[in-house]
Amino acid sequence: MDVSLFLHYGPSLASGLGVTLLCWAAGAALGVVLGFAIALLRRLPVPPLRWLLRALIEIVRGTPFLVQLYLLYDGGPAIGLRLADIPTGILALGIYGSAYFAEIFRAGFDSVPQGQIEAALSLGLSRGAILWRIRVPTMLVAIVPALTNMLIILSKEVVVLSVIAVPELMYQVQSMAAETFAAFETILALALLYWLMVELVARLGRAAERRATAFLRAA
Amino acid sequence: MTDVAMVEMRGVAKTFGALQVLRDIDLTVQTSEVVCLIGPSGSGKSTLLRCINFLEPYDAGEVRIEGRLIGYTETSPRRPMPHHALQKMRRAIGMVFQHFNLWPHMTALENVAEALVRVRGFSRTDATGRARAMLARVGLAEKEKSYPARLSGGQQQRVAIARSLAMEPRLMLFDEPTSALDPELVGEVLQVMRDLAAEGMTMIVVTHEMGFAASVADRIAFLDHGRIVASGSPRAVLHESEEPRVRQFLQTYHERNSF
Ligand SMILES: Nc1ncnc2c1ncn2[C@@H]1O[C@H](COP(=O)(O)OP(=O)(O)OP(=O)(O)O)[C@@H](O)[C@H]1O
Ligand SMILES: [Mg+2]
Repeated sequence: MDVSLFLHYGPSLASGLGVTLLCWAAGAALGVVLGFAIALLRRLPVPPLRWLLRALIEIVRGTPFLVQLYLLYDGGPAIGLRLADIPTGILALGIYGSAYFAEIFRAGFDSVPQGQIEAALSLGLSRGAILWRIRVPTMLVAIVPALTNMLIILSKEVVVLSVIAVPELMYQVQSMAAETFAAFETILALALLYWLMVELVARLGRAAERRATAFLRAA
Repeated sequence: MTDVAMVEMRGVAKTFGALQVLRDIDLTVQTSEVVCLIGPSGSGKSTLLRCINFLEPYDAGEVRIEGRLIGYTETSPRRPMPHHALQKMRRAIGMVFQHFNLWPHMTALENVAEALVRVRGFSRTDATGRARAMLARVGLAEKEKSYPARLSGGQQQRVAIARSLAMEPRLMLFDEPTSALDPELVGEVLQVMRDLAAEGMTMIVVTHEMGFAASVADRIAFLDHGRIVASGSPRAVLHESEEPRVRQFLQTYHERNSF
């Protein structure tokens, strides 16, 4: 492998990594917030709203991310949504992720034993306090592994943003490969970088899981 | 307020789908009274108790706490009470569950302090102080830092009682508080309840502990198929009742508890 190549392309690879991390973090954050909101709204006793949200989730989960991205990229301007490439990519990731995060949170809500909620109700706690102080901390135990998993999946969808010319890692690596004809080396480097990134998140996830379940072991 | 009953149930009925679980329940509990609810499994004891703090919405009749209708507006036709108003009424009513229902992610101390902060608006410091005193009262001062997973059933139930008492309820509801406990742990929980009764707390207790009912209750109500079929002093219900369903129940109880 020609190391000087990487030195030469270092800055553009670094900026690609930066864009990838940005899209990943912002897309995931948006996905988590939207997903949590959807999961909450689905608990309201309003059947039409439930059907609608459920249909949205099914549509998002039932279509490839690439297709959703093109829909947003090409169709967005038609409905007056004019965003730069990176925000478009982040929004697409956020919408895609939200459907999965919403399902994770739904399962999380369902996993909280009813007795704990009844105890809170009997003491006069408000809905808000029950949500943030009882439901969310209790369900984290059950859902941290699924959340980590989804974060990892999202990180890998970031490469798809290269098709709308978001200058993330894949995009940079492809330009580099096109200019140098060193396709194998550069893609290998990309794979290694990705693996490092994902490994880091997996470790963080395991640490979070240990934290969320600390009370099960603590003396 | 002296002539207003702590709890007054009039004609309370409840159905789950096609199953009528409570029928025409009349029950009045005065301040400082201890009433035990007994009866066969599935007779509606838990449902009756849960109607009192409206964890279970009743369909017909009225439940009044210190004269105030719980769960519904006083208008006619009545509508469900706004959630915040219901939560406000519930502050005065403590409830202890068969399976303790402690919050597993909080220590014993945090379990007791939580509602003081969130509901009563105590500062963390004041809430912690009160919570410590409550744990001491149920004999668990040294367990304040323990998470529920590290406490025995009896200890968890005493924390749950402390959690309710911290809110200074005027009425305490107990739903088989000792049924999930190993036999050697039942005594410590019953002792806390005896002390509470001796201090004048108004209590409604669903229990299978006939010894406790006989010695602590001012009154026993016997439920069968959603109806109160016998009610009176422990002596009248446990020893003098002619009601065949009561006699049958007590006979089964004695057979199961003798060897
Ligand atoms: N949420 C519910 N949905 C449907 N049926 C219910 C529900 N809760 C209780 N029931 C039924 O109502 C009846 C009375 O139940 P309840 O729990 O009040 O009885 P119980 O006297 O407390 O019995 P146990 O001694 O077993 O606790 C039972 O037949 C039960 O199956
Ligand atoms: Mg019961």
